[in-house]
Amino acid sequence: MRIALFITCFNDTMFPGTGRAVVEVLERLGHTVDFPQEQTCCGQMHFNTGYRPDAVPLVARFARTFADYDAIVTPSASCAGMVKENHPVLAAEYAPAALQRQVGELVPRVHEFTEFLTDVLGVTDVGARFPHTVAYHPTCHSLRGLRLGERPYQLLRAVKDLELVEVPAADSCCGFGGTFAVKNADTSSAMLADKTAGVLATGAEVLCAADNSCLMHIGGGLSRQGSAVRTMHLAEILAATEGGAQ
Amino acid sequence: MTNDRGVVWLDTPAFPEAARTALADTQLRANLKRATSTIRDKRLTVAAELDDWEQLRESAAAIKQHTARHLDRYLVQLEEAVTAAGGTVHWAADAAEANRIVTELVQATGESEVVKVKSMATQEIGLNEHLAEHGITAYETDLAELIVQLGDDRPSHILVPAIHKNRTEIRDLFRAEMGHWGQPAPEDLTDEPRELAEAARRHLRQKFLTAKVAVSGANFACADTGTVLVVESEGNGRMCLTLPETLITVMGIEKVLPTWSDLEVFLQLLPRSSTGERMNPYTSAWTGVTEGDGPSAFHLVLLDNGRTDTLADPVGRQTLGCIRCSACLNVCPVFERTGGHAYGSVYPGPIGAVLTPQLVGVEQAASLPFASTLCGACYDACPVKINIPEVLAHLRAKVVEAKDGHTVEGLAMKAAGKVLDSPRLLGAAQKAAALGGRALARDGKIGRLPGPLHGWTDTRDTPAPPAESFRTWWRKNREGGSS
Repeated sequence: MRIALFITCFNDTMFPGTGRAVVEVLERLGHTVDFPQEQTCCGQMHFNTGYRPDAVPLVARFARTFADYDAIVTPSASCAGMVKENHPVLAAEYAPAALQRQVGELVPRVHEFTEFLTDVLGVTDVGARFPHTVAYHPTCHSLRGLRLGERPYQLLRAVKDLELVEVPAADSCCGFGGTFAVKNADTSSAMLADKTAGVLATGAEVLCAADNSCLMHIGGGLSRQGSAVRTMHLAEILAATEGGAQ
Repeated sequence: MTNDRGVVWLDTPAFPEAARTALADTQLRANLKRATSTIRDKRLTVAAELDDWEQLRESAAAIKQHTARHLDRYLVQLEEAVTAAGGTVHWAADAAEANRIVTELVQATGESEVVKVKSMATQEIGLNEHLAEHGITAYETDLAELIVQLGDDRPSHILVPAIHKNRTEIRDLFRAEMGHWGQPAPEDLTDEPRELAEAARRHLRQKFLTAKVAVSGANFACADTGTVLVVESEGNGRMCLTLPETLITVMGIEKVLPTWSDLEVFLQLLPRSSTGERMNPYTSAWTGVTEGDGPSAFHLVLLDNGRTDTLADPVGRQTLGCIRCSACLNVCPVFERTGGHAYGSVYPGPIGAVLTPQLVGVEQAASLPFASTLCGACYDACPVKINIPEVLAHLRAKVVEAKDGHTVEGLAMKAAGKVLDSPRLLGAAQKAAALGGRALARDGKIGRLPGPLHGWTDTRDTPAPPAESFRTWWRKNREGGSS
């Protein structure tokens, strides 16, 4: 199986450790991962802010870059959702038939990382050990967009020495929402305050999720409050092993 | 104020500023949180009792889509059926026309007072204000609407218009204002719900027994039988619908259903989605007029007011499926913090953020499609499966289109698009971001910043971008590896 990593522009720039963790887990499971250098961005920011025509070249680039792979894996539920739901919408609205076809053929091969592990590779125990108290935040796109459901929990429960705790009102949005956090900064901050209070109530050492953007938002709020709770992408926890650097 | 069509629309301030006022009101936020979370939990319990809940939602969406496709046919059928049953149908293209029709109908009766059962459509067109200009006083009889009217306030929720008020605030309002509108509240009124309800009951009863004209909205109308329906919880609506001599119903054209039997679906979905009840306490249905029973004159005003324009938009038209249950409001994390007034319209919350811009024009309500994180909770809760996030994103594109890209944001998006369409430029931008970010950072964190990003940095630290991007790491460590 030819597996390509779609790192996402945001992770590439801000959280390269997540990409390294994905590569590590997949290689540990005996797979080879490729990173096509022509990849850039899924166009989510443009699409969600209303700049649809500006996202179209990015849709074309994505389709071109990943056309030859059996599986395209990404450690971002929101970017996976963007490709799966909205690339076809953009292609239908703006692109010639050839690209529409290409997008249509590609979409079923795009997988969010945890879903790829559980559904495509059929693995829940990836051989990780992480001796810490961990809370999982189901981001809106993983929860209601991709319907990841139990998958992230299954993976976390299989991690050795990990204690999983539940965030109160876990399914309510953290208030990030991309440009929402800038356009509606006050409302976003009010939502963030409730979310960080919920995270602190769990007593967790680490908060993890399948989207670094939401984690940056929540982690940024926790950090401003002087909290010691760390935020980590779920992939980084799954990459941790006995004796490995934590 | 109203827009060109006459839709009541408080354009200013835009959502982010209006929200700021609400966010600073801790009492309001506490009232809202308690009320929405109670209804939210009840809704989940009663929806879970039905093993065909998802099929019901599918059916509702299908019926609404079908009706929208053939709306012209069903409206004409409705008109024929209502007329055959002794009612009179009036067509109103916009708010101004609807207000004129209703005012003339009331004037023809010679009356100067009307009782009203809660109606979103008449709020949308500002009927009470229009009647007042013509010397006609409209008395709201829904308890929450009464509270809003006594307070010279605006509704902040579709189903619970006074959700922003707690019972102590209501007690004070009753004591201060009821006397100006009719029977005063007792001097020793406490904030016990039973006492408050009793004071409202006595106050309203006087109106019910004297009013000769009533104005109502409609939850549904059946094209095949010409039957109009109102569902409610208090029985005050039924008083309005049965006691007066003349009944005038103002109904958005999207409320029509093809047949009486379609109600089977909606009367299961609506109460469960709105109040978390298996069945609403009062369902009143009437077909034209019946001699010796109820009003002797019935007028149905069919209101367009931007609805056929909405129908013409293939993505936006699903909004017209809304049955005004308010489930989307009660699950919305934005509404929960800001309340309904921030939306500047009688239609607040997620459904308001998509309906209002379509009724008044996206240019006039440009901040509303952005008043959401696109978290999707509203779509999951909607009993007719309106994909609100899809419509929000669609309307955002229309807002941007209307501004023609000549904004700071538009230029920034264009520039970002260019960078993101080139791995080389992206790599250069990453290096610049890493350098710039590290220069701004202290202990690896970027703190408060001035300028357009202050809204973000005021409450959050941002990690400094690492020196090495993933693609640089890959090139150093894996380049030439498998492919």
